[in-house]
Amino acid sequence: MTTIDKTAHVPAPRESVSGDGPLLDVRDLHVEFHTRDGVAKAVNGVNYTVSAGETLAVLGESGSGKSVTAQTIMGILDMPPGKITQGEILFRGQDMLKMSNEERRKIRGRKIAMIFQDALSSLNPVLTVGYQLGEMFRVHQGLSRKDAKAKSIELMDQVKIPAAAARISDYPHQFSGGMRQRIMIAMALALEPDLIIADEPTTALDVTVQAQVMDLLAELQREYNMGLILITHDLGVVADVADKIAVMYAGRIVETAPVGELYSRPAHPYTRGLLDSIPRLDQKGQELYAIKGLPPNLTRIPAGCAFSPRCPKAQDICRTEIPPLAPVTEQDGLELVGRGSACHFWKETIHG
Amino acid sequence: MGRYVARRLLQMIPVFIGSTLLVFLMMYALPGDPVRALAGEQHVDASQIAALKAEYGLDQPIWQQYLNYLGNLFQGDFGTQIGTQRPVAEVIADAYPITVRLAIFAFVFTVVAGISLGIIAGLKAESLRDRGLLGLTLVLISMPSFVLGFLVQYFFAFQLGIAKPNVSLEPTNGELIMPAIVLASLSLAYVARLTRTSVAENIRADYIRTAVAKGLPRRRIVGIHLMRNSLIPVVTFLGTDIGALMGGAIVTEGIFNIKGVGSLVFEALSKREGATVVGIVTLLVIVYLVCSLLVDLLYAVLDPRIRYA
Amino acid sequence: MPDTTALTKSTDASAAAAQTPTTTDSGPAPGKPRSLWSDAWHDLRRNPLFLVSMVLILLLTVMAIFPGLFTSASPRDANLAEHYLQKPNWGHFFAPDWLGYDVQGRSIYARLIYGARASIMVGVIVTIAVTITGLVIGMLAGYFGGWIDTVLSRITDVFFGVPFIVGAMVILTTFEERSVWVVILSLSFLGWTSIARVARGSVITIKQADYVVAAKALGASTTRIMTRHILPNAIAPVIVVATIALGGYIAAEATLSFLGIGLAEPTVSWGIDVSAAKDQLRNVPTVLIIPSVMVSITVLSFLMFGDAVRNALDPKMR
Repeated sequence: MTTIDKTAHVPAPRESVSGDGPLLDVRDLHVEFHTRDGVAKAVNGVNYTVSAGETLAVLGESGSGKSVTAQTIMGILDMPPGKITQGEILFRGQDMLKMSNEERRKIRGRKIAMIFQDALSSLNPVLTVGYQLGEMFRVHQGLSRKDAKAKSIELMDQVKIPAAAARISDYPHQFSGGMRQRIMIAMALALEPDLIIADEPTTALDVTVQAQVMDLLAELQREYNMGLILITHDLGVVADVADKIAVMYAGRIVETAPVGELYSRPAHPYTRGLLDSIPRLDQKGQELYAIKGLPPNLTRIPAGCAFSPRCPKAQDICRTEIPPLAPVTEQDGLELVGRGSACHFWKETIHG
Repeated sequence: MGRYVARRLLQMIPVFIGSTLLVFLMMYALPGDPVRALAGEQHVDASQIAALKAEYGLDQPIWQQYLNYLGNLFQGDFGTQIGTQRPVAEVIADAYPITVRLAIFAFVFTVVAGISLGIIAGLKAESLRDRGLLGLTLVLISMPSFVLGFLVQYFFAFQLGIAKPNVSLEPTNGELIMPAIVLASLSLAYVARLTRTSVAENIRADYIRTAVAKGLPRRRIVGIHLMRNSLIPVVTFLGTDIGALMGGAIVTEGIFNIKGVGSLVFEALSKREGATVVGIVTLLVIVYLVCSLLVDLLYAVLDPRIRYA
Repeated sequence: MPDTTALTKSTDASAAAAQTPTTTDSGPAPGKPRSLWSDAWHDLRRNPLFLVSMVLILLLTVMAIFPGLFTSASPRDANLAEHYLQKPNWGHFFAPDWLGYDVQGRSIYARLIYGARASIMVGVIVTIAVTITGLVIGMLAGYFGGWIDTVLSRITDVFFGVPFIVGAMVILTTFEERSVWVVILSLSFLGWTSIARVARGSVITIKQADYVVAAKALGASTTRIMTRHILPNAIAPVIVVATIALGGYIAAEATLSFLGIGLAEPTVSWGIDVSAAKDQLRNVPTVLIIPSVMVSITVLSFLMFGDAVRNALDPKMR
């Protein structure tokens, strides 16, 4: 079983790291959007870290702030309407939010790359895939057109696209959904970045193709010893590939845990609700559980715990006080490494 | 592709016949009489008029006249002007070069200024700069060409004295700049608005976000990723626009005293020279049809997602 | 007075277009789903461009219906002996000699006021005529498809192929007496094609929408589907094209009158006035520039109006 302390045994990253800190350290990040309906508080104090070779899964419904956090890390947030009001994003110990545009541009694609959900709209429709892949080498490494093309064919081979050399001058719409997502992955991998952010990389794909693409991503991550942030709303996708999970709700992390622990002993009612709403073969014939209510409107997040209106265990305190992300311990007080829960009643939830 | 072109060419035939027939009917079936117009106030006796009408086939039923016209047209015969006795083809050929020169000038001006303004506005949509440029294009569009023509003439020729109000009989390129600007203004404003909308829309597309995430420099994102997509509708508009410019500009040519196709059609209309009017309109319809076919083909070249079967 | 009814009709139409069930407070009620129309109205009310254009259009409309409210002078009173080509008296606001006199000794200010009627009438009536024609042809072609579409689309192509101004000139030159109605007829005859194309396009898209398929499956009649489902949804792009075209028709009327082929005396038209002042550009430029500017302001008002409506109705641009 993978646990959080796996990070300690990970081989050293390929390049020398300044200090022993994690690859990426997001600290108290706040992001809001100014819309015509008011200010939407999309991210409200998110903290997480990712080390080389580690996979962090960020889990949450749409509107939970998981994608906005990723876009902020990547530096592709639309500003305005988006606005970073507070926080730091340390990459190898340096705060990227304080860097110049040019410094950040040089990190993008080369050190941190991103894979998007909808490969069809995320690839330029009027440029060949060969051009779009080769661009990475031409811009960042100054390769010639010819060398860039050779490298691109190599990349397409690597992500297992059949007849790569023949398909290099095809356009995105000429590929199937799974193949297009492989091209996105190839593009992210091109410069062997330290960290890859994959924003729902398989959501738009058929179930069978989903598994192939996830396996490929996991395999390449191991091969290059990269950090990976996997953003998803699908608990099933996460189980096999992630090392640790952060569950987000209304712009906050409500629970963090090593992947196996989270599945076996959730410490937050929201996580429990998510797990209970997965159909299971051994409960055939029973009514499927569903979390009642709807995710909150981000312009009017409820006072106290944002989940309280939907929570089966909510008490008065939940409606007034925001629970902090508290360390989770065994019943005897033994600390569970890497576990935290933002619930006033985490003890009852995990042990009760 | 070949089959598509063939099909389009076949589709053009009824449209061509229909459009020319429409103009022919408007010209000849409605009241108004070229022979009388020629005679003017003078007294011409009935037998003379009948003889002239017979000579030009104007006494035949209208459908017969049209068929005759079409038959002659396919042999390259556009008919003869009643007033001057010159072949219409020759009259048009005399007037056309100056119109084409004016059109090319105006087209270049439209492309360069229109696209640049559109990009400048579209990159910062909703900004003060964008709103200012949009307002400017609205003002340009709202000025009919006779208004703009006179304003330009007034300021540049009469106030500043840096240009002559009218061009000479054989205009130099320099003399054509002022009329070309007036002629281009409307298309220029449309092109600027179209480019602006297209740029503002595409800049928010997912693939632009990808390009940013790839760490590409801004000039590459704008110059290649954004432009290749944003200019597709602009190029197609320009295609139809060049057809319109080639049709001559009655007002602009009139104001600056340019003896092109626009002046010719105006003159022919007031003298009710049917053959000349129908001849010019026929030519314009052909130019329009060819341009719209070229635009569709160009579209397929620019956007690989479009395939004609 | 035929023009009055037409004008009231048009204001009703535009009011109906903008009028929607909406709350009177500054924004839509929180949590209430917003419709395209209420959203558009909400946007329009705070768009300065829209407000300015509305005021101008209202002013022009009143001018067209009750020109006597603005000036006591008659636009046709010519006093060559006393007033030939008088320069403006800028201090005499709204007096007959305020903007000077033209080559026939007529008050330019009075002609400015009285010229609104022809412009607005042509613009509004042509727009109504081409919108109805275009909408009917476009909807029939788009909804029924098949040979009906083929025939109607080819007919549209034929009319579209004829150059607009030249075509209108050909029609106009055949009439001895060119009243406002003749100009309206000639512009309407050739102008409906772009609306037909837009309507056809949006009907084809809407026809495939799930709610139309559902209505058909539930056994709704063709008439009901057309009027209840297709028309309300296809109308937005048509209104956008129509409002912008309105300014174009006003410009077209002025251009034709300027060329001496559109309206003719004794009708008062700004285009005629510009044409008559052609040779005065060097000496008394105001004679020519004042009516020119008036045409431009009128066209601009309708363009701004159309532009604001387009922005409000096109959520893609947000």
